[in-house]
Amino acid sequence: MGNIFKDKLFGLVVPLIAIGFGFLAGGVIMLLSGNNPIDGYVALMQGVFGEVYYFGETLQRMTPLIFSGLAVAFAFRTGLLNIGVEGQLIVGWFVSVFVGIVIEAPMIIHLPLAILAGALAGALWGFVPGILKAKFQVHEVIVTIMMNYIAMHVVNHFIRNFMLESGQRTAFINDSASLSSDFLTSITDFSRLHWGFLIAVAACFVMWFILWKTKKGFELRSVGYNKHASSYAGMNVNMNIILSMSVSGAFAGIGGAMVGLGTYNYANILPSFTNLGFDGIAVALLGSSTSIGIFLSAFLFGGLKEGANNMQSQAGVAPELVEIIIALIIFFVASSYLIRWIYSRLQSKKEGK
Amino acid sequence: MEYVIEMNNIRKEFPGIVANDNITLQVKQGEIHALLGENGAGKSTLMNVLFGLYQPEKGEIKVRGEKVDVTDPNVASKLGIGMVHQHFMLVQNFSVTENIILGSEPTKRGSIDLRKAAKDVADISDQYGLRVDPTAKIEDISVGMQQRVEILKTLYRGAEILIFDEPTAALTPQEIKELIQIMKNLISEGKSIILITHKLKEIMQVCDRCTVIRRGKGIGTVNVADSTENSLAEMMVGREVSFEVEKTAAIPKDQVLSIKDLIVEDARGIEVVDGLNLDVRAGEIIGVAGVDGNGQTELIEAITGLRQPKGGTIHVSGQDITSYKPRKVTEAGVGHIPQDRHKHGLVLEFTVGENILLQTYYQKPFTKNGVLNYPKMYEKARQLIEEYDVRTPNEKTLARSLSGGNQQKAIIAREVDRSPDLLIAAQPTRGLDVGAIEFIHRKLVEERDKGRAVLLVSLELDEVLNVSDKIAVIYEGKIVALVDAKDTNEKELGLLMAGGKKGVGETK
Repeated sequence: MGNIFKDKLFGLVVPLIAIGFGFLAGGVIMLLSGNNPIDGYVALMQGVFGEVYYFGETLQRMTPLIFSGLAVAFAFRTGLLNIGVEGQLIVGWFVSVFVGIVIEAPMIIHLPLAILAGALAGALWGFVPGILKAKFQVHEVIVTIMMNYIAMHVVNHFIRNFMLESGQRTAFINDSASLSSDFLTSITDFSRLHWGFLIAVAACFVMWFILWKTKKGFELRSVGYNKHASSYAGMNVNMNIILSMSVSGAFAGIGGAMVGLGTYNYANILPSFTNLGFDGIAVALLGSSTSIGIFLSAFLFGGLKEGANNMQSQAGVAPELVEIIIALIIFFVASSYLIRWIYSRLQSKKEGK
Repeated sequence: MEYVIEMNNIRKEFPGIVANDNITLQVKQGEIHALLGENGAGKSTLMNVLFGLYQPEKGEIKVRGEKVDVTDPNVASKLGIGMVHQHFMLVQNFSVTENIILGSEPTKRGSIDLRKAAKDVADISDQYGLRVDPTAKIEDISVGMQQRVEILKTLYRGAEILIFDEPTAALTPQEIKELIQIMKNLISEGKSIILITHKLKEIMQVCDRCTVIRRGKGIGTVNVADSTENSLAEMMVGREVSFEVEKTAAIPKDQVLSIKDLIVEDARGIEVVDGLNLDVRAGEIIGVAGVDGNGQTELIEAITGLRQPKGGTIHVSGQDITSYKPRKVTEAGVGHIPQDRHKHGLVLEFTVGENILLQTYYQKPFTKNGVLNYPKMYEKARQLIEEYDVRTPNEKTLARSLSGGNQQKAIIAREVDRSPDLLIAAQPTRGLDVGAIEFIHRKLVEERDKGRAVLLVSLELDEVLNVSDKIAVIYEGKIVALVDAKDTNEKELGLLMAGGKKGVGETK
């Protein structure tokens, strides 16, 4: 009975310890590479909080991460591993930009339409692996990985052949479909912060609401925990799998729309994956698939990536170090079993004495 | 020294709960010592203390008269203590021999000496009469043989004292007989055995002495020869228990369930239900008796919509439900207590309340416009928890943390509360202790008296005989006999279940 409380507490302890270990190990690496870790971390912190510009950019960076984190988490709650967030995000980005360019309408119609188009594109990209899983038991991991490549190359094809404007990118979207905000830009010293951030915050709430407050969410979670009991209780397991993948894809698609309509206002030929989708896996993992957790870990990862710039210019630490820290944090979260084991060892030692 | 194991005044606490409170267990050399208690009484905790998985707060452990500190299972192993776990710890795609030597492999020049291992295993299995095929893979052998592999594992590591944790839970009657013989062989070879169980019959059959614990407290140790099933049950539960299910004669009314020429294939495509006919009327309990694997599972799955029949029809209260999906079957008035409560009955990571609402969450007032009304749900859950005496800290506790009996009560609350015309109870008391069994049997009879049709499917003959009004014997996918529970006995049923007297009393 006391275990429940312990488990809840543990859900918080493991990510925190993992983050601590990650930074610790990062410090050691800085030492080994001849840098002063304290200087490095001070520069990193200043690179996030030191100027409003940095902070604005951090929020801008975390916006798509929130969406990709939510997408991964939503599928995961239904027992599915959506590795295809990257591809869903790419198609969402492209389709929303496409709508943003070709349609002329007042903002009140145009902007929601563009976002919705991105969501639908992402949903379609999630629907395909969903239906293959439900109907033919094809593992979603394989299909979603392949769908990533399809997404990237199809989008590149369309841009290259039909929409190329200058260099590697499309034309800018019409202002009526843009999330850019003069107001947000001006208060953050001309960062690229846009309204999408608020939409991301709202999306956190939406996911929480769907999963924990609605009938569908009840079914999705039930299917995620126990397919057999769910079908015994009359739930349509296959429908829920398809739905979950589609909604997950929609989250990712909106994430892409945020990048396309907010950060860049165009789409470009991608030489490689954006990694925004793949980072979503890390965000969801560190945030233990909860809305609040995802928001916080998206902030952490967004901050790390933003702060890396300043860390390089001020303390001379290679920005790749941040990637190492992120990788280590994920490593430690994934090895929570190890942390648990060490923790219980310490605990029983204490009891033994 | 007379005692091979002494656990004196053991106390083990977990946050907020005392799992073992001053328990003493003394096992003599060469005896089978039963450790009896209800689910959650603290039997497993005590054995985990002995096995080194937990450290006690108070008390001492002596092995062969010497005080020892069992700090982890390796120490226990060195002391000659071996545990045969209830849930086998075997590698499915390894051979029997590989599983037995796992962790203490004999090596020759750095590589595993499989030939020596196979010989050692054969020697031990000969010595104790433990028949196994050393080269067979675990996934291909029966549960009974898997258990023998578990026993061999402990013997291979030189165990002198064997702990059996609920060893008969997963076995067929025949396998239980063999196991009892194995235990007797072990004793005659000088081993000592601690048998954790709540099955009184087995204690009476094989054990020399019995230590009873109740709610974490040691109640005492008795000689089995001086006790009866009733006296042991009383010690365990703390009050008198009745094994007889009290009930009046059934008054059958309208036909509720009618199954005609039902054919159902199992997952491999074999017709395991093969032209089955069965009727159940309101106000009666029909028990389906049969050896496991004669189509019981598939029969239930077909009725409840989890498996699509290949042929035949199923009617409930006149409604043809043959091709219905589970939810429509439920709504047609069928309640189902599934045989595997962890697989089908519960979502263990959901709260007790959510599980109680698992069949009705989508209905008003629990869902309105697609949004759940949790306060209403939990209000309903609280009411049922109270009514069905589900012992849980509260309705928001995870179902996983409840004892088996209380999990089953939650399922029964959910299924019975909907007032289904037909209540299907599949192995409703499997793995439960006396108190919970009593409760469940009483509930089934109560439902019958309220005019429900009850279909009880069980592998326990006692249960079928005690609870049912009529018994349908299932053999190779057909009902081969329908007998009055009053007019039959275990022996006759046993014969019928084995396919004997085939054709006599066949229902058509």
